[in-house]
Amino acid sequence: MSAPVRESWGRYPRAAHLGVLAPRFVDEVVIPPRGAHGSLPYGRGRSYGDCCLNDGGTLIDLARLDRLIEFDAVRGVVRCEAGVTFRALLEVIVPRGWFVPVTPGTRELTVGGAIANDVHGKNHHREGTFGRHVVELELLRSDRGRVVCGPQREPELFAATVGGIGLTGVILSAVIRLRKIASPMIAVEEQPIAGFDEFLERSADADRRFEHTVAWIDLLAPASAIGRGVLIAGEHAGAAVPQRPPPRGSLAVPVDAPGWLISPATVRSFNALYRTLRGRKRTVAVRYEPFFYPLDAARGWNRLYGTRGFVQFQCVVANDTAMRTILTRLAASGLAASLGVLKRFGELRSPGILSFPRPGLTLAADLPFDGRPTLDLLAGLHAVVREHGGALYCAKDAAMTREDFRASYPRWRELARLKDPALSSSLWRRVGGDAPWHES
Amino acid sequence: MARVVIFGATSAIAQAVARIWASRGCAMVLAGRDGNRLEAIGRDLRARGAERVTTHVLDALDTPRHEEFVDRAFEYLELPDIVLIAHGTLPDHARARRDPQAVADALAVNGASACALAAAFAARLEPPRHGTVAVISSVAGDRGRASNYVYGAAKGTVDRFLEGLSASLRDTGVRIVNVKPGFVDTPMTAGFSKNALFATPEGIAPAIVDAIERGARVAYVPWFWGPIMAVLRAVPRFVFERLPI
Repeated sequence: MSAPVRESWGRYPRAAHLGVLAPRFVDEVVIPPRGAHGSLPYGRGRSYGDCCLNDGGTLIDLARLDRLIEFDAVRGVVRCEAGVTFRALLEVIVPRGWFVPVTPGTRELTVGGAIANDVHGKNHHREGTFGRHVVELELLRSDRGRVVCGPQREPELFAATVGGIGLTGVILSAVIRLRKIASPMIAVEEQPIAGFDEFLERSADADRRFEHTVAWIDLLAPASAIGRGVLIAGEHAGAAVPQRPPPRGSLAVPVDAPGWLISPATVRSFNALYRTLRGRKRTVAVRYEPFFYPLDAARGWNRLYGTRGFVQFQCVVANDTAMRTILTRLAASGLAASLGVLKRFGELRSPGILSFPRPGLTLAADLPFDGRPTLDLLAGLHAVVREHGGALYCAKDAAMTREDFRASYPRWRELARLKDPALSSSLWRRVGGDAPWHES
Repeated sequence: MARVVIFGATSAIAQAVARIWASRGCAMVLAGRDGNRLEAIGRDLRARGAERVTTHVLDALDTPRHEEFVDRAFEYLELPDIVLIAHGTLPDHARARRDPQAVADALAVNGASACALAAAFAARLEPPRHGTVAVISSVAGDRGRASNYVYGAAKGTVDRFLEGLSASLRDTGVRIVNVKPGFVDTPMTAGFSKNALFATPEGIAPAIVDAIERGARVAYVPWFWGPIMAVLRAVPRFVFERLPI
């Protein structure tokens, strides 16, 4: 057992783990007997807050469990170990005409993490969450050993595991249905949007016409222009579109940036530049990497926030006016809210007990962690979400309260019942089960 | 596409190298001690594009069965282009200092068995005048260090053996490649605290593939270990013995 540092993507909060197990083969995966804080499966640490951390406990790092087991390039089905990253998967499947069915904004996450957080992407209005495309998965449980579950087989355990933030067992492998593509290229339509009302109108139109849609929002816009930004929509291109080779390499952020780098002034300048560059409607064909994963081009971009770390606020609310209130509060906060991403979730039902996506508007916003003012802003935003019956996303959260969690996930008791007794996490102890975590 | 034999195919470095060859559509024979783990790696390599893969269970110390493995590899691939010998275990040095059996075992696994396998394949590749035999040795073989000389001696054995084997195969068309990694973050080094000198298996795999394909006689990976070890080899004994390494 070694004890190197494991962080979440936001690097806030920090956790000190007793130990990190790093099995290389399925037969090496063991769940240690339950200690004070139990164990938690860990992938690549791409979730933001503390759902992938287990302060005072053990992590079971599955990054080395990264083998494909079977790829059926005719039917478009892949079986792989839980630590396979989307990057590795795409490198194999894209040249043979397949794509992941649903992807978040990074390809560095693992398949196990995608299931445990039931991730969503720009095509939620068409395909729903990642969990909808999981045919079956194999779990290791401390009380039952290896268990296979899927939508038909042990459906209750499956529903608990999809979106179950790693608490129902260690996901060892999964079978995923892929999406057929004719090209690695994406036909993109970009258009500036002047404000929130225009977003509502244009995004509804884009959702009808495109498989992938998302809006980048200038979170520091003046009150008269709340919700201004750029609407980005795309379709997998046909075979006739000329193809370009994959991007070569990536730049790494080599050190922790100084705290002033991301401040309201710098974010404002960046937003102004971005809006200028994307100031006109245009259609282009780009490869899938810059379309889905623009931030992956800068490895370790989380270090731009410096050692203080950052938090991401992501909510979904069914009420559009509530979203306008949230955007207004963010802009008025005076904090350096950057990277606003706005999208309307579709109607497709999410398969997990703790799945986050549900009909309504979802906003993700990055905030440098500046202590009290950040927490106060979040508390205010969380109150708006709660008041409107919305939800906060566990994969991003570092600050919700027990009440926020229960309001977001009214079925949380079902998860508490199906949880593996030897697993726990920092997030779960913070917001989850009503019984305190006893020493065994 | 190249035909490749990998002994010690479940090692982290071998797996990373094999994935590069798989993505190029190579045909492969994988050997190691654990059949299930070999099969897991074989499936991964097939899914990543290997033309065909077979696995063969063999313990490095089971010398009488080495020949059978060589036969099997030639049968499956007809004539291998590349043989990579990549097995090894890091002995518990503190224990080895007190336990003669541990010393003998460590030398046998990391030294003698690698030499025996290299010799067996080289002998079969010589008549058709074809192929490359590569062995993963280590920077540890360059000097006897107080903290790690049992492992170092085994790898030093490999270095001398390959040096002579290569000389004996001059002008035969068979090439001998000695790959010498520095510190690599693998299960072998799980107990070490990692510093800036540590590389990942994925990080050094392209350089290993490149060295094997170039037929480099000796290749330090990452490259910076070349100059570091050149300096350490040049340090006189009375100084070297005082170094805290």
